[in-house]
Amino acid sequence: MSSSAEILSQAFTLGYTYTRSTGPIVGQFLTSLRARKMVGIKASDGKVLMPPVEFDPVSADALSEFVDVADSGVVKTWCWVKQPRKAHPSDKPFAWAMIQLDGADTPMLHWVDAGDEAAMSTGMRVKVRWAEETKGLMSDINGFVPEAVALLGELKPAASDEQITGMEAPIYLTYNFTAGKATARYLQSMKKGKLVGQRCPNCRNVYIPPRGSCAACGVPTEEEVTLGNKATVESFTIVYIPIPGNPIKPPYVIANLVLDGANLSFLHLLSECKNEDVRIGMRVEALWKPEAEWGYAMENIQYFKPIDEPDVPVDQIGKLIDEGR
Amino acid sequence: MAQLAAVVGVGQTKYKTKRKDVSIAGMVREAAVGALEDAGLTWKDIDAVIIGKAPDMFEGVIMPELYLTDALGCNGKPMLRVHTAGSVGGSTAIVAASYVQSGVFKRILTVSFEKQSESNAMWALSNPQPFSPHLNAGAGGYFAPIIREYMRRSNAPYDAGIKVAVKDRLHGAKNPLAHLQLPEISMKEVEDSPMLWEPLRFLEACPSSDGACAMIIANEELATKSPRKPAWIRGAAMRSEPTMYAGREQVNPQAGIDCAKDVYAQAGIHNPRKDLDCAEIYVPFSWYEPMWLENLGFADVGKGWELTMSGATSLTEGGDIPWNPSGGVLCSNPIGASGMIRFAEAAQQVRGEAGAHQVDGAKTAMGHAYGGGAQFYSMWVVSSEKA
Repeated sequence: MSSSAEILSQAFTLGYTYTRSTGPIVGQFLTSLRARKMVGIKASDGKVLMPPVEFDPVSADALSEFVDVADSGVVKTWCWVKQPRKAHPSDKPFAWAMIQLDGADTPMLHWVDAGDEAAMSTGMRVKVRWAEETKGLMSDINGFVPEAVALLGELKPAASDEQITGMEAPIYLTYNFTAGKATARYLQSMKKGKLVGQRCPNCRNVYIPPRGSCAACGVPTEEEVTLGNKATVESFTIVYIPIPGNPIKPPYVIANLVLDGANLSFLHLLSECKNEDVRIGMRVEALWKPEAEWGYAMENIQYFKPIDEPDVPVDQIGKLIDEGR
Repeated sequence: MAQLAAVVGVGQTKYKTKRKDVSIAGMVREAAVGALEDAGLTWKDIDAVIIGKAPDMFEGVIMPELYLTDALGCNGKPMLRVHTAGSVGGSTAIVAASYVQSGVFKRILTVSFEKQSESNAMWALSNPQPFSPHLNAGAGGYFAPIIREYMRRSNAPYDAGIKVAVKDRLHGAKNPLAHLQLPEISMKEVEDSPMLWEPLRFLEACPSSDGACAMIIANEELATKSPRKPAWIRGAAMRSEPTMYAGREQVNPQAGIDCAKDVYAQAGIHNPRKDLDCAEIYVPFSWYEPMWLENLGFADVGKGWELTMSGATSLTEGGDIPWNPSGGVLCSNPIGASGMIRFAEAAQQVRGEAGAHQVDGAKTAMGHAYGGGAQFYSMWVVSSEKA
C-alpha cells in the first residue's frame, strides 16, 4: 500500500443558461423597465411593493394592480464596496443600497455610483441612470446616481415593445473538485498504466474504481488489489443519441464491465466489434492509449474490445478470479 | 399508534412540454389553489406546507422553497422541503402524512413540481465531472442495461415494453391533464419509433414535462367534515439503499421489495393483485412495468411480463388490476411532481374523482415512486374506507 496519495484537484464549472418564464407580473415589470418606466404593484393592504411580486407576502393573495412609481427616491440603507469583484455591476468602488422610490412603500436593492464613500448617506436622494440600450433586464438600470448629478448620455429607444414573457438566466457555479484519497490513489495508478482497486475487509469484494469504502458493509477499504486488463460484459446499452460535448459518434456501446478479480462493474466504451454482436457475458480487454497520453484519468483506456475467449456464464459474472495473478 | 390521516383535496396543473405563460411560483400556485378549492379550504386553514422537487439543477433556482413561500401562503407557518430524487413527490407526501398521523399538525398542504422546460432536463444530471469518464447518457442510458438484464432473465417477449408504452398512452388519452395525448397510438408506431438507448425506444420513454401537483392531508376529525370523500391513508413506507455496491440486485432491488412488504402489512394487503383495485406505479421507461410487477409482488419473479401481455394491467382492456389509469409517468413527467401525481391519482381513484380514467368501484389503491439509481422508494396505500 502506498503511503499517502497526492491530492488531485480540478476546477469544475457546473451550469446552464436556463430559459426562465417570468409569468405576467415580473414580465410586466421587465417590459416596463425596457421602456424606462418603473412600476410597482399594490399589495392587499394598499401598500405599493417594489419591485412587483406575484403573491402578497402577508396575505398570499395573487396581486395584479400595477402602480407607476418614480425613478428617483431615497437611500434607506447601504454598504460600500471598496474592491468590486468580477460579477459586480461596476469595476469602480460603489454602494449596494436599499432604495425606496417615490410612490413605493418598500425599498429595492440596486447599486449607487457615488464615486466616493463620503458621498453616500442614509436618507440621500438618488435617481435612476438608465442604460443606453434597454433589454428588459434589471441591468436596464445602470445603477443609481445622487439626484444632483446631471445625466448626459444618449438613450436609444427600446428595440421592441413586445410583452416580455421569458428571459435567459445563466447560472454557473465553479467548484474546486477534489478527488479524495481513494480516487486519487486509483488515478495515480492509472497514470502508470495500472488498474488498482480496493478490497473490502469484511465481504472481500473488490471495488474498481475504489471509493474508499464498501457501501454494502459500511467499512473503509484499504487493501489494494492490482487487476488485469480483461473484463466481462455484465450488461450494456447501444446509445443512439450524442452526449453533448462528447466527440463519440452514435451509435456507440456503453457497457457495464466487470474486470476479472473485481466484483462491481463500471461503465466504459466497447469498440472494434459490431454493435449487434455485443452480448451479456462477452469477454473484452482494455485498449490503452499510447503511454505519452496517459493522465490521471479512466480515459487512458481508450475503450474495451472483444477477445477470443468463451463467454462467461451469467451467474459467474462479477465473481471471476483474476487468473493473471 | 399513529392517528388516521386522509387526502381531502387534490390539485394538478395540466402537464405540458412548456408552461411559458407562468413563473415557477405561478405554476406551483395553480396546483395548490386547486387542492384548496377541492377541499373547500383557504390559506388560513393550513397549518404547514411540505414541498418537494427534484434536483435544483433542473431549473437553476437554488433552494426554490425560499422563493415559493409567498405563493404558497407560508407566512407565519412551518415550511419544509423534501428531496429524494425522482421519488421525491412520493416521499414529500409521506412526510406530510406523517406530520398529521403523529398529531403535530392537523391539516397540511403538500406540493411538488418541476418546470423542466427551464433547463434541458435530459442532460441536467449528466454533466461532465472531473476524474470520471463522461459516459453518462442520461437516465435512459443508466436504466437500459438493467432493462436488458431483465429481458434476459425473464425471457420476456421483445414487445412487452411496447405493449406498456401503448397501454399507458391509451390511459393518458382518458386523462385531460396528461401531457402526451396519443389516442391513436399503435404497437407498430412504438416499435418504429427511434431507438434511443437500445433496448429502449423513444416512445418507450417518458416525456419531459412542466407541472405541479398538490394535496391537502387532514386528520380524522377534519377529514370527516370535508365536503368531498376523503382517501384514507392506510399505509405509507419509504426505503433506500446505496446505488453502487458489489452484489447489488439492480433488476429487482431489495429496498423496493422491503418497502412494499412494509406498506402492505400496514394496509392489510395480502395479495396485492387481488386486494388492490388499481395502482399508480412509477414507470418512466415501459419495461419498468413488468419489472415492478415482480418487485411489488403482483406477479412471481420472471412472470411480470405475462400480466402485462395478458392485459391485466390495462384499463381499456378491462384488466383486473389496472396500472397507471392516469397514463402514468410515460404520459406526464414533471420529475419532482411525478411521484406525488402517482400518490394523488391513487387517492382520486378511491375518492371516485378520477373522471374518465376512473376504475369502476375502486376502493383501495396504491401509489408508488422510485428515484436515484432505483435506490429510493416511497409507497402508500389509500382507501375509501377507514379500516
